[in-house]
Amino acid sequence: MTPFAYHRAADRAEALLLAGKGRYLGGGTNLVDLMRQNVESPAAVVDVSGLSAEIRETDGGGLLVDAGVRNSTLAAHPSVRTRYPVLSRALLAGASAQIRNMATVGGNIMQRTRCAYFYDVDGARCNKRAPGSGCDAIGGFTRYHAILGASEHCVATHPSDMCVGLAALDATLHLAGPSGERRVPLTEFHLSPGETPDRETVLEPGELITAVEISPCSATSAYRKVRDRASYAFALISVAAVVEVSDGVARDIRIALGGVAPKPWRATLAEEMLRGQSLSPDLIRQAAEREFEAARPLEGNAFKIGLATRTISAVVEEIAGEVA
Amino acid sequence: MSRLQNALVGGVRAVIGQVPATWLPGGTPDPLIEKRVTLGTQQPRVDGADKVRGTARFAAEVPMEGLRFAAFVHSTIARGRIAELDVSAAEAAPGVTFVMTHRNAPKLAAPPPIGLTNMKAAGNNILPVMQDAEVRWNGQVVAVILAETQEQADHATRLVKIRYDASPARTRFEENKADARTPPSILLERNRLEKGNASKALAEAAHKVDAVYRTPWHSHTYIEPNAATLVWRDGTLVIHDATQMLNGTAGSLAKVFGIKEEQVHVCSPFVGGGFGGKALWDHQILAAAAAKQARCPVRIVLSRAAINRLIGGRTRTEQRVALAADSDGRLKALLHHGYSVKPRHSVCDEQYSLTGRSLYACESFDVVQHHVDLDVVANTFMRAPGESIGTFAIESAMDELAHKLKMDPVELRRRNVAHRDPVSGAPHSQSDMMRAYDMGAERIGWQRRNPEPGTRRDGEWRIGMGCATGTFPYVRMPGTSARVSIDRDGRAHVASAAHEMGMGTATVQRQHAADRLGLPLDAVTVQIGDSSLPFGSIAGGSSQTVSFGAAITAACGKLVGELLRLAGNDTPLAGLKAGEVEFADAGLRSRSDPARHESFVSILSRANRTEISATGESGAPLEMLKYAMHSTSAVFCELRVSDVTGEIRVDRLVGAFDCGRILNAQTATSQFKGGMIMGLGMALTEETLFDERNGRIMSTSLADYHVPVHLDVPEIDVLWTDIPDPRAPMGARGVGEIGITGVAAAVANAVFNATGRRVRDLPLTLDKLAPS
Repeated sequence: MTPFAYHRAADRAEALLLAGKGRYLGGGTNLVDLMRQNVESPAAVVDVSGLSAEIRETDGGGLLVDAGVRNSTLAAHPSVRTRYPVLSRALLAGASAQIRNMATVGGNIMQRTRCAYFYDVDGARCNKRAPGSGCDAIGGFTRYHAILGASEHCVATHPSDMCVGLAALDATLHLAGPSGERRVPLTEFHLSPGETPDRETVLEPGELITAVEISPCSATSAYRKVRDRASYAFALISVAAVVEVSDGVARDIRIALGGVAPKPWRATLAEEMLRGQSLSPDLIRQAAEREFEAARPLEGNAFKIGLATRTISAVVEEIAGEVA
Repeated sequence: MSRLQNALVGGVRAVIGQVPATWLPGGTPDPLIEKRVTLGTQQPRVDGADKVRGTARFAAEVPMEGLRFAAFVHSTIARGRIAELDVSAAEAAPGVTFVMTHRNAPKLAAPPPIGLTNMKAAGNNILPVMQDAEVRWNGQVVAVILAETQEQADHATRLVKIRYDASPARTRFEENKADARTPPSILLERNRLEKGNASKALAEAAHKVDAVYRTPWHSHTYIEPNAATLVWRDGTLVIHDATQMLNGTAGSLAKVFGIKEEQVHVCSPFVGGGFGGKALWDHQILAAAAAKQARCPVRIVLSRAAINRLIGGRTRTEQRVALAADSDGRLKALLHHGYSVKPRHSVCDEQYSLTGRSLYACESFDVVQHHVDLDVVANTFMRAPGESIGTFAIESAMDELAHKLKMDPVELRRRNVAHRDPVSGAPHSQSDMMRAYDMGAERIGWQRRNPEPGTRRDGEWRIGMGCATGTFPYVRMPGTSARVSIDRDGRAHVASAAHEMGMGTATVQRQHAADRLGLPLDAVTVQIGDSSLPFGSIAGGSSQTVSFGAAITAACGKLVGELLRLAGNDTPLAGLKAGEVEFADAGLRSRSDPARHESFVSILSRANRTEISATGESGAPLEMLKYAMHSTSAVFCELRVSDVTGEIRVDRLVGAFDCGRILNAQTATSQFKGGMIMGLGMALTEETLFDERNGRIMSTSLADYHVPVHLDVPEIDVLWTDIPDPRAPMGARGVGEIGITGVAAAVANAVFNATGRRVRDLPLTLDKLAPS
């Protein structure tokens, strides 16, 4: 770890004032790890965990969640549990109870890939960590790496479970920065790696995530995470699905995937095939398969195509069965 | 081991075979088998309260004045030379007090290898430590930083500038198999073993299986990292270490630094998990060398990554097992041929090829093990080296054979019970594998198993049951010593350089000494964990309990004579010889006339003595040569496999153990369960990611190397036959390692029963079970 300065912001205004000094610090469950591993060495951290951390009902019947809310608090919130079970379950599928008690919503969105080559500062090349140096993950261990949306420069995945749930719920991020406030859909917040895998989000320098807005949702939702042990492991793949069926037809269907791409992945191709249709097992499977037609698996992760296809089918079929 | 050793061992065996059993140590069964009082009962750990309160002090917690914290810089190539090295920025960094590289390290001898011939050696990675510019594996330490805080030391490692000239490295297992060595011995056993004509029997057999099984690299993942806090005081090295080989560490460090053994003092009262990895590796040597050069006390605590780079793991293996059987299921041939990694600087054979030599009656054998030499940190001992992975291969093959024979897997084992050692013909000291099978089968409800694979379902989950045999040999180490003292208050004090890695050493030997001396439990204390105490051999090979136990027994035997001499003639015991008395009721009494008794307190006070003391030693373990001595177990598993994802959820594990007498139900259960959970990790998740492109381990954190979490661990039932071994002290055989054996095969066999899919590569990750 490289020596750094610590600042604690009392409120948003102070946070934005201090922003130029270094990285924002939420619960520290990822950033501090990255600093200890020398992946990141900011000159300063600006602790924003003292900022507002409330969960409010919006006028339209949605939720506005401050970025400082702890993951465990959000998962246990009655409105989240009853109206957005996909989010509650995604949160509880992540990390451990101790980590969820520390981790913030904003920090969860900002967490970085767990690619082992990204973490191995001394021994591995990584374009995300050192642009232009190369990618040692390609040709190495890629079990946890992307099959969709990656590039020859970076095949890392975004590790968050919560973001997969939020992507399926069409959540919107509230950002505040030196030049004002703006809103960005979560699905447009994370960037594809392309030739610049070091650029991971649309955040401008000094910009801060202040809240996450979730629109009202009366659909049935579910989250299923598949991993290498029963708990406390990152997703090989995960599926968040939000489905509303009426008169035997899928009026609304939103599917998001984790563990398959550099960002929370909305399965728009599959959604298109299913929206407005009667959800038969065959159609669901065909839709899932379609989503992966563009997949570019690596030597160590081709199994994810079949795994994700079957898991999407199982999750959507189960919801469709429940609401039918 | 050499051909000479083979000849010697064979010769001694031939002679011992002629000696009547009663002549051998242990020839007369230990009277405590019958007379035990506290042994066999459940007793809480003597150190339990201290550990719960956090007052038990571990190696990384010992305070010292002026302590400096060490951090290492590790090589990033597997083979080559340091071409350029600049430590000036590191030396100038805040808090840094010393930087050591091969340029300024003191002259150090290579550590003497741990082995069966030198009980005072503990070296695992037999290479020069920081003596030249050579890099011999990816992760070798190339610089040591000492600083006032750990954070300062860690930071300064980033400031050391190194350029390497890399040379071609041997890092690929498949490529290097062609150059594999075939050593003449594996441990003390002949390699290759050929008995009868196994190839011919295999070719002609009515039923056979012939398959290749693979197991991956495994990493040590104890909760306490390897750590040491040490200081040089007046030419003596005092090291607070986390070790399961106190005297070996003292002896080895003396050799490395060219000093006398008495000049090294090793303390290690508590170790947070050992499993074979808490031995002498480079980190203690480097920390001691830096402390010597910088003239200050030093603490080294390995990070998880450093553990992976500096402490060897279990080698990967490739094992071909072929079994031939007649139509009754009786084994005609057992072939076990395999490859594992053992660089020339490693001392660990990973003796998986010994597993099949003792398990079942079989007419012919062909067993051979080959060693692949790679540029890696030395592979090393990890819970049940050999049997853990050997049972995976053999017991998977047995299940495959049962399926081919359309025979119940338990019945197949029953038909092949070995009534004596199938290779040497030696009689068993005690063995009742089928008793364990019957107990386990009853507990799990084996009759519920449908022999037709893939037939039981619950929604998307396919349900299956499997079983497998576990096994581990009995080992008693000669030389282990214990001092037993009795004070004028009639209290006994036991002392030995024995080890506590969490298994309950002091707890159980306190029970032993109490029963041996006829004392209540609370009148006995046990002191262990310090090299200044009477010699202790390593806590390895599941040998410590019986070795320490034999030493206490010997010391107590000597005390009888000493006490009689002290008692003199003015005692109810007057005239009795040592063989005519026994310990009872806090004193000695006549065996033939229980009324003739005198207490320790009375004897000592009449003699005006404050204490009487004797030191005993575990003698030559001749029983191991006369008898085939193995523990066995029957492991049963019930699990579910998802049709959607291939995920496995183990619902039930049952382990039934035939390990001689159980000495403490609580500590033994913990050992068995811990071993079974480790076996579950081996079965389901554990795999070291060794990148063959550059010999670098990529799974260096607990997030990347998956040990089971609570949710992976089902209800576990532990049972034991409790049949005493008449040739072992206390009737007991060690229980530390057998728990891990057999589990992976039981899981794999249950997966086959659930799905009809046979997975022969560990771990059983979901991608290997994807629906086709």
